[in-house]
Amino acid sequence: MGAKKWIAMLLAGGQGSRLGELTIGLAKPAVPFGGKYRIIDFPLSNCTHSGIDTVGVLTQYQPLILNDYVGNGKAWDLDLDVGGVSVLPPYQGKEGGEWYKGTANAVYQNIQYIDNYNPEHVLILSGDHIYKMDYSKMLDYHIEKNSEATIAVIQVPWQEASRFGIMNTNDDDKVTQFDEKPKYPKSNLASMGVYLFNWKNLRRYLINDEKDANSSNDFGSNIIPKMLEDRKKLYAYRFNDYWKDVGTVESLWQAHMDLLEETPNFQLDDQQWKIFARNANHPPQYISSDAEVSQSLINEGCMIHGNIEHSVLSYNVQVGYGSTIKDSVIMPNVTIGENVHIERSIIASNCVIEDGAVVGNSAVTSDITLIGENQTIVNPNKKKITLN
Amino acid sequence: MENVLGIINLINERQHLKELTAHRNVASVPFGGRYRLIDFTMSNFINADVSKVAVFPKEKYLSVMDHLGSGKEWNLDRRSGGLYILPPIHPDETVTGDMKQFYDHLSFFERAAADTVIISPGSHVCKLDFNDVLDYHKKHKADITVVYKDYVGELIEKPIYHTCSVDSDDDITDISFYTIPRPGDHVCLETFIISKTLLVNLIKSCVASGEYDFLKDAVKANLHRFTVKGYNFTGDMPFIHSIESFHSSNMNFLNPSVIRSFFGDTWDVYTKIKHEAPTKYSRSSKVTNSLIANGCDIEGTVENSILFRGVKVKKGAVIRNSIIMQKGVIEEGAIVENIITDKEVKITSEKSVIGLKQPVVIKKAEVI
Repeated sequence: MGAKKWIAMLLAGGQGSRLGELTIGLAKPAVPFGGKYRIIDFPLSNCTHSGIDTVGVLTQYQPLILNDYVGNGKAWDLDLDVGGVSVLPPYQGKEGGEWYKGTANAVYQNIQYIDNYNPEHVLILSGDHIYKMDYSKMLDYHIEKNSEATIAVIQVPWQEASRFGIMNTNDDDKVTQFDEKPKYPKSNLASMGVYLFNWKNLRRYLINDEKDANSSNDFGSNIIPKMLEDRKKLYAYRFNDYWKDVGTVESLWQAHMDLLEETPNFQLDDQQWKIFARNANHPPQYISSDAEVSQSLINEGCMIHGNIEHSVLSYNVQVGYGSTIKDSVIMPNVTIGENVHIERSIIASNCVIEDGAVVGNSAVTSDITLIGENQTIVNPNKKKITLN
Repeated sequence: MENVLGIINLINERQHLKELTAHRNVASVPFGGRYRLIDFTMSNFINADVSKVAVFPKEKYLSVMDHLGSGKEWNLDRRSGGLYILPPIHPDETVTGDMKQFYDHLSFFERAAADTVIISPGSHVCKLDFNDVLDYHKKHKADITVVYKDYVGELIEKPIYHTCSVDSDDDITDISFYTIPRPGDHVCLETFIISKTLLVNLIKSCVASGEYDFLKDAVKANLHRFTVKGYNFTGDMPFIHSIESFHSSNMNFLNPSVIRSFFGDTWDVYTKIKHEAPTKYSRSSKVTNSLIANGCDIEGTVENSILFRGVKVKKGAVIRNSIIMQKGVIEEGAIVENIITDKEVKITSEKSVIGLKQPVVIKKAEVI
């Protein structure tokens, strides 16, 4: 097999525990987003648009839906004979097997997969961010700087910087120091979880890191600091476009609300950079004469008889007469009865909200209400009929 | 259905949809917000598990080839079976009839492992369960089964339908060509089940004697020789034969119960994927009683209308009782009423285009 210029390894095994009930039966990258997508569609579509034809998807937590969704990669044009997309769960070998201990260990356990393609560079991606990025520009930068490792960074508000891995750089954007979630950040350049390495060099670091019993086998905590310690040339690659970590209920909700701006910073309907997704086959949406829809995103298969205001509705959502949905995200196959009121909420897939039920709190200071998958919400005031 | 070969016969199409069929065949006329007419026949085959389908186009078939592609959206991109497009092999010759084109591709029929052939045109909007028709065909030990439907709809002007007479045993006793059916008349849906051996024999014998029309020379001419049964299709199916009936049958899909009956859980209608984003409604959008495909951006008013994928409706624009096909742009303050715009039409700001008694068609990519 001839050598590939580069391949991508997509870390999709995360549990995403901060998403609460949304990820009970679902890996975070498989969480629905934007009315028709799943979070993993964004990095996968980026790979396709950036000319990467080989992507290893590392799965671990609740992989069933994710595996099925990725399939043979055909939705992203990644159904190729050599390369394409491969789902890579942990496996057992002669020496036994183990779960992926950390991000670096997950890649370490798949050295053989990467060696198969003998790539010059390996791009490490995470499956929980919403953004459109041309990784090929990052590769150009990486080569131009003669960098050993290039880390994509974005400027975050100073008050939020301590939530992220922060890069301290010199004037040339050469990384001098990496602080994982620093209490007193020295810079506001946050790592986006997008790393580009020269494979031969990374391979050596992964093997050494594995031998270190004290390591947590993580790119951010171990590999990058070790490379800095060894005075390797690491560069920060600045990204100036929309990027959102959707790891919490609040940020997932906020990212949806961002899509509803009159001119959003992140456009789903970008004809030059389409977001590819497995297509759920549904008819066009039907908006009845009783419906009112404003400032919303609505997907195919919906049938709307109520009022939709500033919300995102996934495919096959049914909304009954007299119901109002405001500032909310409704995931696929949700049935909403009549005279229901939903506000500032995320309703996960396959829920049923019965007639007259109220979900969510309109106070801006309140938390976002999350209803997990397959729930039925009843109207507490509904008279119970008991049969004797 | 391991042993069934599906044939979509576009050779006998009648180009009665005026501007909409000026540059494309009837089968690829857009319908229902995101489909083409041929999607319904394709989906009927797929829902009956027919895994080998051949399309016989006659002319203007670029759009149908583009639409069907490798057949992957219908799960027909297969190692064995799959999708075949078999156009006329002598493009300079006038096509004399479907039997001639079948004859030109005779080896395709002979090589196919199938023992039964289902032939259907690409223009009927219906959910026809071929398993039911096949059961009926076998139960009656028919040589040929002809699917017909009782005509519903207004009196039509042009004689374009073939009607058949059926006796009390469901035997077809006669076929009349180019008639004007009255309500209740049995319209031949040009959909047939026949064994492959019999079909191959008929193709050879008809072409040898200079007869080229399947319905006329193979079916009608042999009514007394073969067991030819009529299968009465009683499901929903609009009769589309003019711009008016095309418009009204699209509008029928503004009824939620029609939407549910056509696109229910057990029956998918497949079409080409476009990877369009969900449709965006702005603060100023007013949409009522409308069917909207993905990728639209709506800032204006849309009433009783059907919008295909990627349509833009700017602020202050009004669309009523209209069908706006793919990538139409209706600019600020424009009024569109009782209109069918073909793909990529642009109505510039403040223009009014209003069809009065009958819907008016605006040609593909026209700017008004």
